[in-house]
Amino acid sequence: MLINLGMTVSIQLAHFDSLPLDCGETLAPVTVAYETYGTLNSRHSNAILIEHAFSGDAHAAGISQETGKPGWWDNMIGPHKAFDTNRYFVVCSNVLAGCRGTTGPGSINPATGKPYGSSFPFVTVQDMARLQKKLIDHLGIERLLSVSGGSMGGMQVLHWAVEYPDAVVSAIPIASTYRHSAQQIAFNEVGRMAIMSDPDWKGGDYYDSEPPARGLSVARMVGHITYMSDDSMREKFGRRQRPKDELGNGFSVDFEVENYLRYRGGEFVNRFDANSYLYITKAMDNFDLTAGCGSLGAALARSKARFLVISFTSDWLYPSYQSQEIVRALRGYNRDVAYCELDSNYGHDAFLIEVGEQTELVKHFLANTYKKAA
Amino acid sequence: MTTTATPEKTFIRQLLGRTDYALISELVEPGSSVLDLGCGDGELLAWLAENKQVTARGVEISPARVQRSIAQGLSVYQGDIDAGLADYPDQCFDFVILSQTLQEARHPLRVLREMLRVGRRAIVAFPNFGHWTMRVSMLLTGRAPKTRLFPHEWHSSPNIHFLTIQDFEDLAAAEDFIVERRMYLRGDRRLRLLPNLLAEVAVYMVRKK
Repeated sequence: MLINLGMTVSIQLAHFDSLPLDCGETLAPVTVAYETYGTLNSRHSNAILIEHAFSGDAHAAGISQETGKPGWWDNMIGPHKAFDTNRYFVVCSNVLAGCRGTTGPGSINPATGKPYGSSFPFVTVQDMARLQKKLIDHLGIERLLSVSGGSMGGMQVLHWAVEYPDAVVSAIPIASTYRHSAQQIAFNEVGRMAIMSDPDWKGGDYYDSEPPARGLSVARMVGHITYMSDDSMREKFGRRQRPKDELGNGFSVDFEVENYLRYRGGEFVNRFDANSYLYITKAMDNFDLTAGCGSLGAALARSKARFLVISFTSDWLYPSYQSQEIVRALRGYNRDVAYCELDSNYGHDAFLIEVGEQTELVKHFLANTYKKAA
Repeated sequence: MTTTATPEKTFIRQLLGRTDYALISELVEPGSSVLDLGCGDGELLAWLAENKQVTARGVEISPARVQRSIAQGLSVYQGDIDAGLADYPDQCFDFVILSQTLQEARHPLRVLREMLRVGRRAIVAFPNFGHWTMRVSMLLTGRAPKTRLFPHEWHSSPNIHFLTIQDFEDLAAAEDFIVERRMYLRGDRRLRLLPNLLAEVAVYMVRKK
């Protein structure tokens, strides 16, 4: 048996005096939580920025010194993995408005000495990237060999490539989109309404009392359904039932799938802040790469990166057509783009789980990009 | 040392195991931009990128082959050549290559026109269904021809459009394509006489008037 002891990693914090936001307000000061893996080379040419998905955090790889848990993309980042930390310096930071170390609605507002809550300014995906840019500058990196991420991470990847064309050599958006469809907004709205309907939410100012755990847990249950596929749920649960000790209790947990969703929902409450859920999903829904550019092609034409776009066959939350729209727009400007739709039953979660073929694509794409850039 | 004069390059040394690749590779100018339709594992594109320093792009329908292409460092996207060129701007490639795929395309004429819209020159290699063994096979057996070159049963053949060298010449004339090069192969020999009867593979380079 091969035992991977993994690398132990620790969260780091960077503080900045202020961050101007798209809404016109300024956050001051602002903190960003991040982790790094591997070593930055002397020419600073091997840095890769990893963007986490909606509910992710800065702990992308290795074993956390704080929690003892592996990172959310530990199967992709590490020695000899897709993002090979023997060759590359990998950075991942928690997004703005998050709740895992970076300034968010649960952080203390220095003006009042209390958590921001509902007074936290409205943020955008662009604001998130602006904060990451500060971090990258702070780390002394001028050009990123690659920016990569799935889902909401992919949306940030696209924005990075367009907004900072000289800082992005290659971009790898996975299972992502340049803007949300009505269906994606709809699911997010159900999640938000579940939270806001919970009396414990109190308009967002609940930090001195019980958090809106019921609402947040229902929101997460809905989310989990959208991350799976009909096939993966059938395989994982089917109609398997829970062992029953009493009969006639009509609304108890009868099926394994119910049990799983309740478990996932309950677990989420312990690690995620309901207000972060609201702010971040709203930022995703409002994101539109074409804003101010007229068309997707015109937006992407500003980028100088080479692209690797990946989607998955069973992903119905971020369906392949959305990745193909990006690829087609890049082709329209004859940009350097590789695209592959990978076969998977795991639905949207595939980019986190089904990493065998994804690894091959990313590994070789990066190696070639690195060679060309050198 | 002198040898007896032989016609120029009668014997074609194979490139990557294929004689048509050898001819195609000679047509592609160094440093040019190339789009390969149905690029397979990307072997020809990778060779051209390495040895002719071309800017290489490819289209391939099979996800497994797209992965292998990308593994070679190529910018290949998964797509259908019948529909896949529509997004490209006009004349953005120096060469568009279609190797042994024309007979598999759903709309071959549309593909050819698109190739010459997005590229300055189209290089097309195709198997010649006019080869005498095909004619004899059909005549004698009364069945869809099966030969060494075309071993498929009629129902499982990837080939859905059967064209001969003469058919391609007729089409080029009708479409006003200018044929810049026409080369014929039998095995690993260049052929000049009676190509429609004797050639197994034809390689054409055409451009628009």
